[in-house]
Amino acid sequence: MRAAFTPVRLAAAAALILLALLPLVASDYVLHIAIQILIWGSIYTAWSMMGRFGLTSFGHGAFLGTGAYAPALLWNYYGITPWLGIPAAMLLAMLLGVLIGYPSFRLRVVGHYFALVTLALSQVVLLSLIAAREITGGSLGMTLTVVHSWLALQFAEKRTYYGLALVLWLIALAAWRWIDTGIGRVALEAISEDETAAASIGIDIMREKLRVTMLSAALTALGGALLTQYIQYVNPEVVSGVAVSLQIVFAAIAGGMHTVLGPTVGALFTIVLNEGLRILFGTHFIGAANTIYGILLILFIIFMPQGIVGLIEGISARAIRGADATAGAPAARA
Amino acid sequence: MDIFLLEAVIEGILLGGVLALLALGLNLIFGVIDVVWIAYVELVMCGMYAVYWLYAYYGVPLAIAVVAAIVLVALLGLLVHLLIIEPVLGYAPINQLLATGGLLFFLQSFATLLFGTDFRNVGIHLAPLELGEIDVSKARLLAFAAALVGAGALYLFLTRSFLGTAIRAIAQDRDIMGLMGVNARRIYFTTSAIGGGLAGLAACLLVLQYDVHPFIGNSFGPITFMICVLGGLGNMIGGFIAAFIMSQIISIGGYYFSIEFSYVLAFLLFIVMIFVRPQGIFGR
Repeated sequence: MRAAFTPVRLAAAAALILLALLPLVASDYVLHIAIQILIWGSIYTAWSMMGRFGLTSFGHGAFLGTGAYAPALLWNYYGITPWLGIPAAMLLAMLLGVLIGYPSFRLRVVGHYFALVTLALSQVVLLSLIAAREITGGSLGMTLTVVHSWLALQFAEKRTYYGLALVLWLIALAAWRWIDTGIGRVALEAISEDETAAASIGIDIMREKLRVTMLSAALTALGGALLTQYIQYVNPEVVSGVAVSLQIVFAAIAGGMHTVLGPTVGALFTIVLNEGLRILFGTHFIGAANTIYGILLILFIIFMPQGIVGLIEGISARAIRGADATAGAPAARA
Repeated sequence: MDIFLLEAVIEGILLGGVLALLALGLNLIFGVIDVVWIAYVELVMCGMYAVYWLYAYYGVPLAIAVVAAIVLVALLGLLVHLLIIEPVLGYAPINQLLATGGLLFFLQSFATLLFGTDFRNVGIHLAPLELGEIDVSKARLLAFAAALVGAGALYLFLTRSFLGTAIRAIAQDRDIMGLMGVNARRIYFTTSAIGGGLAGLAACLLVLQYDVHPFIGNSFGPITFMICVLGGLGNMIGGFIAAFIMSQIISIGGYYFSIEFSYVLAFLLFIVMIFVRPQGIFGR
């Protein structure tokens, strides 16, 4: 039997309890930031499921837009509860994922080309949302009809949203772990290194890739839906523009896409940085925050392509190796 | 043939000229340096602001403003290569794409910081040219002609000069060129400057037709990439022709449906083409 109380698990449980207790002490502002970190953290986690296996999507705005708009439209026009609208949006996002994924994987559209195909998909969603301005309000966006109830999934209290965001985040982490520990990971790592070799040892490449794509698309849509329920307003550029798709890629990479908490660290880092810069510069200098953000992103890619978590792991691994080396045979390399 | 449809076709051809110019610059950089500058169209935005400030604000004569803008964006191209591309040359292609993506964020936000989000117009209004019953925009006609001249000059440079030949050679075989005594670094800088210059030229032509604002790149960027891929990334002639195909789809689609819907069609066509002919329409 495996040990049930490893130090890592105890720490995770303690952290979770602290996170669950946060609404009791935090102000509305802190809660607002925390909700955004959790929701975006989930979306970045969803992206990194694909990203870490070489499926670099530049078009997650397509899934985010689907999740943000479909439940909102169903609610505003037909009064259909988001409890039905959100699963429908997730299915639609999965369908989009398959429509773009299946031919891409079959025909081995990879690298730049996969990035550009997914970017084109997000543009199709973005421009369709703008073109259907009679229903969606076009570029001006759309306000959710507000009714505070569980049926409408809208609440007066921030702490309820915080609870939902926390659940979403845990689902995203669980899904990430599921891919990571299952056969999926071994298979996908084999695939991202050598497809032909992977296929020759009996891995169903297509099935594994479609599985992560569908999971990633559905979770991104779920994140988009919760974001809309929380903000109660949705705008095509904000959920499906080029900027948001790039932002997802950056934050996931900045945090580190090869560890379970990496993308969340990316969300924490980017959102806190943005807030900090916004407070620092105020509203007089619109763009100042993003200017610094852009510079930091370039520096990140140049100097820390493994992300924050990757860098920390690298340093600690080197420290451990260094300690081992001094404890062991010091003259081995001399 | 419907007179308005004919007008849409002509508009499409004229729009194609500018898109072709953008595709040429991007393809040149991709073909030679093997890096996709996702912020390429943001350089165009910088050029448009340069013309706007020099001409409309400081009253510099238009010809000087145009030359200054081209030189400025060419220098910007050099700087982008020096500061951003050179450090990531050995990285995975996707990280290179992301580094220039960071540049996109930076340029858009920096422009917002400096100039605000106002739409600015240089205030040059050319009367439309009347050909029988058809009105043709002189600004677009001028842009089309200048784009063709620019493309022609690039063609002559690449085929007739030593440097141009070296650039073409390095695009074909990166490794062997070092052995032949060609300094790859110098070629990369030259290519980046020419790519920047083409973006500057495109900026001067676009500023006659559109208002400048920090996010104008978002309306031209994605379509420019699609054009390059459609023509075969790095294939300059392919990209040139693909620009006219895409601009016709946009223009005629805009005539029958709406402008957004015509872009949707263009992107859908791109997705289908990637699957049917990933090497581009004119790829080998």
